[in-house]
Amino acid sequence: MDLRDLYRDVILDHNRQPRNFGRLDAADAEADGHNPLCGDRLHISMRMDGDRIGDVRFEGQGCAISVASASLMTEAIRGRTRAEFEALFSAVHALLTEHDHVPGRDLGKLAALGGVREYPARVKCASLCWHTAHAALERAGAPVSTE
Amino acid sequence: MNAAPANRDSPIHARAAFDVERVRRDFPVLDQQVHGRPLVYLDSAASSQRPRPVLDAMAHYETHDHANVHRGVHLLSQRATEAFEGARERVRRFLNAASTREIVFVRGTTEAINLVAQAWGRPRLAPGDEILITWLEHHANIVPWQLLAGQTGAVVKVAPIDDRGELDLDALERLIGPKTRLIAVAHVSNALGTVLPIGRIAALARAHGVPLLVDGAQGVPHGRIDVRALGIDFYAFSGHKVYGPTGIGVLYGREALLADMPPWQGGGDMIRTVSFAGSTWNELPWKFEAGTPNIVGAIGLGAALDYLERLGVEAVAAHEQQLLALATRAVSAVPGVRLIGTAAHKAAVLSFVMEGTHPHDIGTIVDMEGVAIRTGHHCAMPVMERFGVPATARASFACYNHPHDIERLVAALHKVREVFG
Repeated sequence: MDLRDLYRDVILDHNRQPRNFGRLDAADAEADGHNPLCGDRLHISMRMDGDRIGDVRFEGQGCAISVASASLMTEAIRGRTRAEFEALFSAVHALLTEHDHVPGRDLGKLAALGGVREYPARVKCASLCWHTAHAALERAGAPVSTE
Repeated sequence: MNAAPANRDSPIHARAAFDVERVRRDFPVLDQQVHGRPLVYLDSAASSQRPRPVLDAMAHYETHDHANVHRGVHLLSQRATEAFEGARERVRRFLNAASTREIVFVRGTTEAINLVAQAWGRPRLAPGDEILITWLEHHANIVPWQLLAGQTGAVVKVAPIDDRGELDLDALERLIGPKTRLIAVAHVSNALGTVLPIGRIAALARAHGVPLLVDGAQGVPHGRIDVRALGIDFYAFSGHKVYGPTGIGVLYGREALLADMPPWQGGGDMIRTVSFAGSTWNELPWKFEAGTPNIVGAIGLGAALDYLERLGVEAVAAHEQQLLALATRAVSAVPGVRLIGTAAHKAAVLSFVMEGTHPHDIGTIVDMEGVAIRTGHHCAMPVMERFGVPATARASFACYNHPHDIERLVAALHKVREVFG
């Protein structure tokens, strides 16, 4: 194992300069995530555009894996439908936990998180944002039809 | 190196410096590579490693002597009982308790404190009564009192610490009032390393007629404890932080207090008679030891205390103080490092944060360099809050750590800076 498999340039970049950092005013969906092991705290807020995630922000403090994963997630899920979000969540979960993982799809920049699976203690860091976003969407319930 | 064995047995060498190389050979676990590098173990405050005499004592018992204790007339049961009760006497001597009736075997420090909360506190405390703790406690010396407060209407009061992590003793004294029923403090802070002035706290407690409980989980490994000289009413510690096994710990309680307490758990071994009309309790300490105890754990703990005494409690403490001084200098010289906990009197614990790098990332990177440290909140969330950090990295030192270990830690911290630079 090489440290650079975990701390790839994309991860270090997103840790140093997190994208979509902050909080949306008048969010349609939001949730807090907490990893008591390392004290990571995340807040995720989303604005829905029908069934699609119109906009998303995250806020909080955490380790490099946790911050970079949240930052990468916000870029990857904006504009996605709920079903697409869930499919992506499953794909990322497999990427983080399954050895000899063969991606069923092109995960784009999210693939940079692949090194995490060699560090079992760090999987929760990378997945916290996804669980939190999932909880936010669940809590927001089914979108109200405007038709 | 060739001449070393001869020197080692000479009287001159016996008075010479602590022989850490020799100590290290007693700990088989240290002789391994992790991630392709020789292991440097700097996490003894979480759990210390076990020397061969402890492993051998436990294996010998399991291989030759095991049976249930206090029960059978057969030879193995007698041997098991002798070994188990022998360990109790070993603990008594170590703490300088007046009697083995004051030594209760439990699972660990956490269980010991819960036992006092439930068997001593619950029948006695009334709404508005106060339990006084400090800001630097481990969760094990906070949550049992919060549970007790919830059950009785008592209130938990917290004595503050300063920016160096030292207890404000004057503030503690001011918090002692007519409603104070118990003072419960750590001997040594696991997150900061602060050694509390137990003698002075005990004198305050005595002056106000309030019992004192000391959480000694981090105290026992780093110095001599004399519960009678200090005037401590309850002292709790764990085997696995003092070179013994997990799952065994000790509650020392002054006999007059223990005698007045009802049993905590009911079952076998803790009774004298049982009938459906009612039951009567066994004598101390067995009144508090329901069920078959952790026999091999107690034997391992006894062997661990023997081992520590053979090395010399004071010699180990002096060795650890040297390592702490060295590590304090070397780690704080790494750019971006800030020490958390800079009390004048500390045990062998060095907590720190690094600018721009989360402690969890520090932990992973130094692990890849073969160095095991702890990262996180150390089960002391109020301490983290007090210092405004979510977590810290913590290196802790034991009898088997070598100055080279600190060099390896510092090199690994430079690696952290390289990755995050």
